[in-house]
Amino acid sequence: MAELLAGFGCYTHAVVRAVPRSLATQALRSGNLEVDPLKVQQEQEYYVSVLTQRLGLEVIELPADETQPDCVFVEDAAVVCENTALITRPGAESRRGEAEAMKRALTELDLNIVEMTDETATLDGGDVLFTGREFFVGLSKRTNQRGAEILADTFKDYSVSTVPVLQGFHLKSFCSMAGPDLIAIGSSEAAQKTLKIMQQMSDHKYDKLTLPDDLAANCIYMNLPNKGHVLLHCTPEEFPESAKVFEKLKDHMLIPVSNEEKGKVDGALTCCSVLINKKSKI
Amino acid sequence: MTTEVGTETDVKKEPEKVQEDQQQTDQPDQTSDGDAPANTEEHQQGSQSAEAPTEQEESPEPRSPTPAGEQKKEKGISRFLPPWLKRQKSQSQEKESESAAADVKDGEQEEKGTKEKSEDQPAEVKEVTGEKSKTEEVQVEEKDREEQKSVGSADTQPVREETEGEPDENHKQQVNARETPSKLTKKMKMVVCHVTLLDGSQFTCDVEKRAKGQYLFFEVCKHLNLMEKDYFSLSFKDSADQRCWLDPTKEIKRQIRNSQWQFAFSVKFYPPDPSLLTEDITRYLLCLQLRQDIASGRLPCSFVTHALLGSYALQAELGDYDTEEQRVDYIADFQFAPNQTKELEEKVVELHKSHRGMTPAQADIQFLENAKKLSMYGVDLHHAKDSDGVDIMLGVCANGLLIYKDRLRINRFAWPKILKISYKRSNFYIKIRPGETEQFESSVGFKLPNHRAAKRVWKVCVEHHTFFRLTSPEQPTKTKFLTLGSKFRYSGRTQAQTRQASTLIDRPAPYFERTSSKRISRSLDGAPVVNVAGGDSMGVGENGPTLELNSDNKDLDKTQEDVLKHQASISELKRSFMEATPEPRPSQWEKRLTGSPATTLRLQVSGSLEEELTSLFLSKACFSGLTLSCSTTAAPVEGSKLSALPEDPQKTSPHPENDSRDGSKSSEVIPDVNGQMEVVEVLEETVVIEEVVKARPKSPAPDVTTESGTAPEVKEEQSLSSDSESEDEAEYHGQTPSASFCVQQIKEEPEEEEAELNQQALPLDAEPQPIREPESSAKEEESSSAQPDEDISTEEVSMTPDEAPNGHVLDTEDLPATEGEEPHIVNGNVSRVETERLPQVICCSEPPVVKTEMVTISDTFAAQKTEISTKEVPIVHTETKTITYEAAQLDGNGDGEPGVLMTAQTITSESLCTTTTTHITKTLKGGLSETRIEKRIVITGDSDIDHDQALAQAIKEAKEQHPDMSVTRVVVHKETELAEDED
Repeated sequence: MAELLAGFGCYTHAVVRAVPRSLATQALRSGNLEVDPLKVQQEQEYYVSVLTQRLGLEVIELPADETQPDCVFVEDAAVVCENTALITRPGAESRRGEAEAMKRALTELDLNIVEMTDETATLDGGDVLFTGREFFVGLSKRTNQRGAEILADTFKDYSVSTVPVLQGFHLKSFCSMAGPDLIAIGSSEAAQKTLKIMQQMSDHKYDKLTLPDDLAANCIYMNLPNKGHVLLHCTPEEFPESAKVFEKLKDHMLIPVSNEEKGKVDGALTCCSVLINKKSKI
Repeated sequence: MTTEVGTETDVKKEPEKVQEDQQQTDQPDQTSDGDAPANTEEHQQGSQSAEAPTEQEESPEPRSPTPAGEQKKEKGISRFLPPWLKRQKSQSQEKESESAAADVKDGEQEEKGTKEKSEDQPAEVKEVTGEKSKTEEVQVEEKDREEQKSVGSADTQPVREETEGEPDENHKQQVNARETPSKLTKKMKMVVCHVTLLDGSQFTCDVEKRAKGQYLFFEVCKHLNLMEKDYFSLSFKDSADQRCWLDPTKEIKRQIRNSQWQFAFSVKFYPPDPSLLTEDITRYLLCLQLRQDIASGRLPCSFVTHALLGSYALQAELGDYDTEEQRVDYIADFQFAPNQTKELEEKVVELHKSHRGMTPAQADIQFLENAKKLSMYGVDLHHAKDSDGVDIMLGVCANGLLIYKDRLRINRFAWPKILKISYKRSNFYIKIRPGETEQFESSVGFKLPNHRAAKRVWKVCVEHHTFFRLTSPEQPTKTKFLTLGSKFRYSGRTQAQTRQASTLIDRPAPYFERTSSKRISRSLDGAPVVNVAGGDSMGVGENGPTLELNSDNKDLDKTQEDVLKHQASISELKRSFMEATPEPRPSQWEKRLTGSPATTLRLQVSGSLEEELTSLFLSKACFSGLTLSCSTTAAPVEGSKLSALPEDPQKTSPHPENDSRDGSKSSEVIPDVNGQMEVVEVLEETVVIEEVVKARPKSPAPDVTTESGTAPEVKEEQSLSSDSESEDEAEYHGQTPSASFCVQQIKEEPEEEEAELNQQALPLDAEPQPIREPESSAKEEESSSAQPDEDISTEEVSMTPDEAPNGHVLDTEDLPATEGEEPHIVNGNVSRVETERLPQVICCSEPPVVKTEMVTISDTFAAQKTEISTKEVPIVHTETKTITYEAAQLDGNGDGEPGVLMTAQTITSESLCTTTTTHITKTLKGGLSETRIEKRIVITGDSDIDHDQALAQAIKEAKEQHPDMSVTRVVVHKETELAEDED
């Protein structure tokens, strides 16, 4: 809370998880796409290498669990803000087990752990957008009102507004933070509508970065010492038009990261890590 | 205390000036009045024993420092009258012993006399419950025969005094200015008020039983040595244990009713950026408030934030962490969180250690910098239900209205998006500005637990909107879109103003003691474990600085005025304005409304809601032509009470006088354009009286006939509701902030229309009006203030003031604002007609001359008064009287034939104590177009406000603004709160 905005995007640690072989065949997906296990593996390896080697984060990599085909998407299992981690209760029943490993890892990081024990609550981390000033929780197929309430209880300092996810998978399937007070947003009608609602609900004024492709609007922003603004975003191969938009951001260190294969099972860039700032410990 | 009397007065003047520009002459004095007596009392008390207020009551007041005591107390019109007139009046009054006015005056004067003579007549002490309300007065007198006797002895004195003053007009004016004070000097019962301060200590203060909220508030601020006081206020618990804000402009007694005289000093408007506060002491007090809020759980925060804020609190209170002296449990006396754990305390200590070297002021700043970011900072929550009966919370904050459901924000209405807020019964409504794609405004309704709760939310919204969104509450019109349906309105400074004022504070940082040293066993939440009887916990710092404060205040005042005049720091204003949340796009809004999970009642404005509310005001947006129904409803309805008005025409009809212009209009034969002006006055504390004034005060034109003949229909309504309109329902149009700021917005959105309206409205406000033109005002005042209801008679109609010169000569035309095009034949006729009738009317060729007698209303009509009691209003203690003057029956016709509404406009302007709403409608009837202007002037205030003058002024302005129009009907509606106010 101390430097609320100044600290936005500052991370020291990241929790990731290895890709289980079962992902290619058993992971949940909205489409009917074939996933190449090898490519997924490569994507994940590159992703982790960027976090560790390019960005110097301390990465905790959890082992894969074959019984949890979606476990690589760790973001849905926990929401971390400052020193508090909310272990979620994912909307998909098959994914509830993923939280356990996450909880252990975060506990070891000495975070304050809050568990979502309410049986009626569901929340996927992918539906939670933290802007540095407040939370927006998308009410989607995976996240319900009760889950949002618990999140609000957990992070009392911040206002938590609910917004409908009119289309798409998660709230962050078409938006994310691309910088302090900068929201990357897809250009679909549903995405735009959601953005307007967020603007309506907020006391703050956000800038927006509109991307031609909804999925490309999921990027990872960090503010790291010696590196400044860092942005992990889609590759030109996946979304050429959107990539051009990112490339116009002159102040950011731009790192294209391919997400093509994981995207086939509705995974996005933010899905594959839980970012933590241990220095923010007061 | 005695020595401070003078300064005290100054202090109080300050706010008054700011607020009440128009009535400068009167106001300051009044204020001082309020203070003076109290001081005297205190003084006495000091010398005597602090205990018995009653004793003081009985004690003679000869030593009252107030000059007022020597001044005349004339009320109302009389002060505007030439000396000889006054004398007459007084004489006449004597004749009419029944007239309440006379009684009042006599009583007052007598008291004066007493004082002057320094007589000790305990008997004199009357309970002045209804000073202004004549009716009340009368009652009182009847009840207390004994008292009257004593009074009787002094009766002659007043006359004498007046006589003395007569020769010199200046003198008279002076008298006027001071008149209030004398009133106050009456012996009053003193009551001991207990105020819980933010540090948990008790401040005890003796207050006149009839003192207004601001008196006590200023006393507290003085005690605290607080200059940036606009963020703070006093609150009390009502019978339902709900926290209510003490209205500074109203009497305390009426607000608290039967509750204890126990108050809490607290922050009312949380500054969004505390770093902009000027003084450390202000920040300190804000910190104390926030500590309370946090400890009580009202301001939720996380563990880490609890710890951090707690550590700053420790640093501020105790200074650097001291390893030796401070044991681990040194913080046990502090409460940092609702549920304070050992873990939290350890964390606090750990953080405290890290703040080494930080001064208390710095620690406070850090505390506030963190606290202000909390999502619930400055959010005033109210329980409510949405249209589906789902429990929600309404949060009123600096930027607008927030809707919560179980801690989740499910909707948000920024002030710019809100066109109007209103309440009816237990429902609270907000009207939303239409989105880009929408043609209609939408309204959202919420169900509050009860009527009072609805009103409370409404008031808080009005206050927050004014404080944070507007630059000034007073500047009457100019671009201000504020409209209040009820009498209530925020009269204090806005944030912009208070910031302006703060920049002028030029005193050495006041010394103040933090509570820690005294807080041996007191928790931070303010629980007064130690009860300090004297309430002087901060006394050490207080006494010294007090004088400085006062002097500073003077400076402050001056500067403030200057600032206001010059509108100096626009930048400042801008800044504050910019803080307001940017307007979300309408379209978003609309979508939000429909698509969002928030389930709120959504209504088409065009229809039911409006009617249901019987609102007088139409939002400008409405007029875009979309909503016809709205315009219709716009008639003069003031809450329940006014509802009776519509009937007036009929009743009036019997009187010959009614034939006047209205008649012509109704006949429609002649009238192409009818200009009607309706003036409605609502007074809280006074008796009803009324008149139509046609004269144009300023025009020297000798022509004329004066007045309007309106049939004097007197309606007397006695309703039990305590607040006139506001009681049951009220509306508030919060729109664009005033002036310069608005412009951009206006252009952007559908508000263009508004802009136009504003301009039109400007003239009204803009007109420089002498604070008072004795003449016209005089009449009205007389009628209103002085006379008992019964007095109203035809003669009254004659109200022609000296200004009579005016003549209605000009009666009709189109309003400049209106598109009206036709000839105003009608009007012309009308005026003449009146003239003819006017035998009764007296025109004084010489402006200054007013014949009192003329003014006097004969009892004849009293018989005709109609008493209407509003049944629907269960709440009591309010006396309402309505008097309607109709120029003719035309009105009736107008009503009868709806015609086609072509255009409608509503313009609202405000000054300190008056709100003028102008509603202009153009109607097409049988090929003829009629322009009708209804002005509703609401004069709000307690006895200190000179209602009569305000009314006179308002009417005069109205006439000046629409020289072409004729006045067809004047309805005066006075409402007096007998005892309790719902606030």
